[in-house]
Amino acid sequence: MGQRLDSGDLLAPRRGGPSFTRARRRLARPLWRLPWLRGIALLLPPMAWFLLLYVAALAVLFVSAFWSVDVFTTKVVHTWSLDNFREIVTSSAWRRVITRTVVIAFLVTLTDAVIAFPFAYYMARIASGRTRALLFVLVLLPLWSSYLVRVYAWKVILAQDGILNWSLQKAGLPAANIGYTNTAMWLVFSYIWLPFMILPVYAALERIPDSYIEASRDLGARSFKTFRTIIVPLALPGVIAGSIFTFSLTLGDYITPTLVGGASSTFIGNVVYNTGLGAAGNLPFAAAFASVPLVVMAIYLILARRSGAFEAL
Amino acid sequence: METRATRLGLRVWTFLVILFLHLPIVIIILYAFNAQTAQGWPITNWTTKWFSPTLHDGEMQQALWLSLKAGLGATVIALLLGSAAAFAVHRFRFFGREAISFLLVLPLALPGIITGMALNSFFTFWKANFSLWTIVVGHATFCIVIVYNNVIARLRRTPTSLTEASMDLGADGWQTFRFVTFPAISTALISGGLLAFALSFDEVIVTTFTAGVQNTLPIWIFGNIRIGQQLPEVNVIVFVILLVTIIPVTVAQRLTRESGILRNE
Amino acid sequence: MSKIRKAHVLVALLAAALCVPASGAGKTSGLPTKIGKGEGKLTMIGWEGYLDAKWVKPFEKQTGCKVQAKYAGSSDEMVTLMRTGGGGQYDMVSASGDASLRLIYGKDVQPVNTKLVPGWSQFFKAFQGPPNNTVGGQHYGISLQWGPNTLMYNTKKIKKAPTSWGDIYSSKYKGRITVPNNPIQIADVALYLSKTQPSLGIKDPYELNKKQFDAAIALVKKQKPLIKKYWGLSSDEVSLFKNGDTWLGASWPVTTGTLQAAKVPVKEIIPKEGATGWLDTWMLSSKTKHPNCAYKWYGYISSPKVQALQAVTWGETPANKLACKEMDKLSKGSCAAYHANAPESYYRSIKFWKTPIADCGNGKKDCTDYTKWVSAWTQATS
Repeated sequence: MGQRLDSGDLLAPRRGGPSFTRARRRLARPLWRLPWLRGIALLLPPMAWFLLLYVAALAVLFVSAFWSVDVFTTKVVHTWSLDNFREIVTSSAWRRVITRTVVIAFLVTLTDAVIAFPFAYYMARIASGRTRALLFVLVLLPLWSSYLVRVYAWKVILAQDGILNWSLQKAGLPAANIGYTNTAMWLVFSYIWLPFMILPVYAALERIPDSYIEASRDLGARSFKTFRTIIVPLALPGVIAGSIFTFSLTLGDYITPTLVGGASSTFIGNVVYNTGLGAAGNLPFAAAFASVPLVVMAIYLILARRSGAFEAL
Repeated sequence: METRATRLGLRVWTFLVILFLHLPIVIIILYAFNAQTAQGWPITNWTTKWFSPTLHDGEMQQALWLSLKAGLGATVIALLLGSAAAFAVHRFRFFGREAISFLLVLPLALPGIITGMALNSFFTFWKANFSLWTIVVGHATFCIVIVYNNVIARLRRTPTSLTEASMDLGADGWQTFRFVTFPAISTALISGGLLAFALSFDEVIVTTFTAGVQNTLPIWIFGNIRIGQQLPEVNVIVFVILLVTIIPVTVAQRLTRESGILRNE
Repeated sequence: MSKIRKAHVLVALLAAALCVPASGAGKTSGLPTKIGKGEGKLTMIGWEGYLDAKWVKPFEKQTGCKVQAKYAGSSDEMVTLMRTGGGGQYDMVSASGDASLRLIYGKDVQPVNTKLVPGWSQFFKAFQGPPNNTVGGQHYGISLQWGPNTLMYNTKKIKKAPTSWGDIYSSKYKGRITVPNNPIQIADVALYLSKTQPSLGIKDPYELNKKQFDAAIALVKKQKPLIKKYWGLSSDEVSLFKNGDTWLGASWPVTTGTLQAAKVPVKEIIPKEGATGWLDTWMLSSKTKHPNCAYKWYGYISSPKVQALQAVTWGETPANKLACKEMDKLSKGSCAAYHANAPESYYRSIKFWKTPIADCGNGKKDCTDYTKWVSAWTQATS
C-alpha cells in the first residue's frame, strides 16, 4: 500500500468501497479525528432534554418555595422570604406528617429487603434455569396489573368484613382490625414495591462469581461465614439500589394513603397535593413542603453512590 | 454449598413470597366475575356479564389506545437518549461524569408528585397545550434512566477488545456498531425498553398533571375507582391485560437470559 | 332635507365609540346576544358521571357539537385544569360552590347571558342567582344540580335514629364515624357551633373571623380520634359502610342510593341543626373557542327532561322547578325523595358551599380565606 502507518490510521476510515460508504466515512472523519466531538454528539441530546425540560422545571418549582401568595388576589407574589419553611418546621402537625412518612418509608424498605433477599438468593443461586425463568415472569407480571387496582384489592382484603377477617373467623381466631390504619399502609406499600427490591438484589447476587465461594471454602470458612463476609457485602449494593426505589416511592406517594390509610395517615404527598392544587393554590407552600423529600432523597442518593449502589441499579 | 435444610427453607420462603405477590391478582380476577358493583366479601353472585360491555366501552378503548401510544413514544425516546447517554459515559471521560447517573435517576428517585407539579407549571408557563406530547415528555423523563442503567451495565460487561478487533479487521464506525456493538447490547435494550414501557403504561401520578383532555388507561381506572359504579369493568380490563402481557414478558425473559460469564452454569 | 346638526354628529360619534369595544372585544365586555352556528366541538370538565352518554349522545346528535369529557375528582383539580395551557383548553366546567368564586376572581370564567337559556327562567329563585356563581349582578354560569350534605347511619347498628349532628362529635360511636376529607367541611362544623355555641356569633358558616375559625378547628381536632377514615371519594364511603367499618357519617344522597341498591341497611336524615349543601354550576371559560356550542349545552342541560334524567341517574336534585314531574315519570317517588318540589324556603335554609374569601363584605376584611382553610384542615386531620 505504500503508506506509512501511524496510530491514527488504525482508527481512520478506510479508503475505497461504494460511493455511499465513502461519503459516510468522509462525513465520519471529523468524528474520528476529534473523539470529543463524538462524545458531545452522544451526550448533547439527553443532557439538553434533562436540563432544558426537567431540571429547569424543578428549579422554577423550588425557587417558588421562597415566595408567597397574596391573600386577597390569590396570586403568587415574588417577595423572598423563608416563611414557608419556618411554618413547616414550627408546626407540630407538619412535623408529624414528615416523621410519619419517613418512618413508614424506612420500615417498608427494611421489610422489603428482608423479604426479597432470601427470595433473590434462591432465584439467583439455587433455582434451576427453568425455575428461574418462571420466577422472573411471576415477579414481573404484577407490574403489568395496574397499581391502583392492586391497592384497591387490598382494601377488600383488609376491610372489617373483608377476606382477612373472614379467614381468621373461619379459623376461630379473633379479627385483626388493621383496615385503614398505618399498619395497613405499611403492608400495602411493602407489597407494591417488592418487585423493585427483588430485581436489583437478584442482579447483584447473580453477579457473584462461584470462584469466590469456592475460594472461601478452600480457605476454610464455613457456609455462614462465607455468607457473612463474601455474599452479603457483594449483595449490599443491590439492596441499597432497591432501597432507593422503595424509599423514594413510599416517600412521595399520595394515592395509597388516600385509598387504604385511615384518619392519621396523611403523608407528605397528600399535603403537597392538597395545598398545591386549585382553589387554595398555595404553590409556594407546596413547593416548600415538597423540598423535604427532595432533601431527604438527595442525602440518601449521595450516601448510596458512595456505596457503589449505582453500579447495581 | 448450602445445606439441605437451608435449601428447603428457601424454597418454602420463595413459594410464600410468590403467594403474597399474587394474592391480590387472584382477588382482582375473582372480582371481574362479581355481579355487584360494590366490592364486598364474600362474593354472592357470579357472572360474566361485565366482559362484553367493558371491551366495547368507547372511553376504555380510547384510554387504552392513548396509553399504548404514550408508552411507545416514551420508550422510543428513552431508548435513543438512554443508550446515547450510556455510550457517552462508558466511552469518554469528562467533567461531571459521575453526576450524570445521579441526574438521570432523579425523576425516579424524587416523588412523582414533584415531577408532575414541576412539569405542569412549566408547561402552563410556556402556554403549551396539554396533549399526548406532554404525557410523552413526562414519561420519557423517568424512562431514560431505566434504559441507561441496562445499557451501561451491559457495556461494562462487554469487553472492549471486541470493538477494537472489529476495527483492526477493517470495519468503520457504523459497521462496528451494526455488527458488533448493537448485537451485544440488543438484549439490554429489549429488557430496558420493556420495563420502561411497563412503567409508562401503569404511571398515574405524573400523568394526572401532564395529561390533556384525553385519559390514559390508569387515569380512566382511577376515575372508575372514584365513582365506584363500574368497578367490575376495571377488574375485567386488568385481567385481560394480564393475560395479554404474559406472552411478551415470557418472550422477553427468554431473550434476555444472561449466560453468567463468571458463574458455572 | 333636514339639517344635520353638530349635536347629532356628536351623539352619533359617541354612540359609535361606545359600540366599538362591545362588538370587538366580545369576551370581556358585552354578553353575546344570540346563539350562532355550532362550532362542532365542546370540551368539558365534569364530575364523574356528569357527562353520561345517556344525555350527551342525544345532545351531540341534536346540535352536532361533539363533546369531549374530562373527569375531575375534586374542585381543586377542576381549577387546576381550567388554568392549564394558559387557559382555553377546556370550554366549560361544572364547578361546585367551593371553587366557583376562585374561578370568577381568577378571571378563568366569563359571565353568561341568562336570556339565551330558556330553562333558566324555570329555575327556583334560589338557584337563579346564588352567591356562589353570581357576583355584582353578573351571572358567571348557569346552576345545574344540587345536593345536601346529609347524616347517614346504619339502621342495624344504630337502632334509634339520630337527630343531631352532635352524634359525630361525641364519643358514642368512637372509631365508627366518617366525614368528608374536604376543607369545606369546616363550614359544617361552624354550622353546628352556630347552634350549640351562639356566643361565637357565627352567622354565615363560610364567613368566619379568627376567633370563630379557631373554635371550629378546635372541634375538628377533638373529632379526629372518633374518625375511622376521612372519605375522599363517594365510593370510599360506600365500601366503608358496606364492609362494616363505619356506622355513621356525613354523606351525599348518591352514596345512600348506591348502598341501598346494594342492600346495605342505611338511611339518611338532615339533623335539626340544618345542613350545608353543594350546588354545581356549569361555568364558561373566559378563553373558550366554542361559545355557541356552549350556549346550546346550557339550553339542553337546563331543560326539565334532561335535568330530571341527570338527577335520577346521578342521585341529586335539579335546579329546574319543572323537572319534578319528569323525575316521577322516570322513577316514581324520586321527586319527593330528592326534595325537588320543596318550597323556596327549604332551599334558602340550606347553607350552600361558597368559597371563603378574606374580603367577605363585612367591611372589616378579616374573614379567613380558603388557603388558610386548606392549611388548617390538612394540619388538623393529619
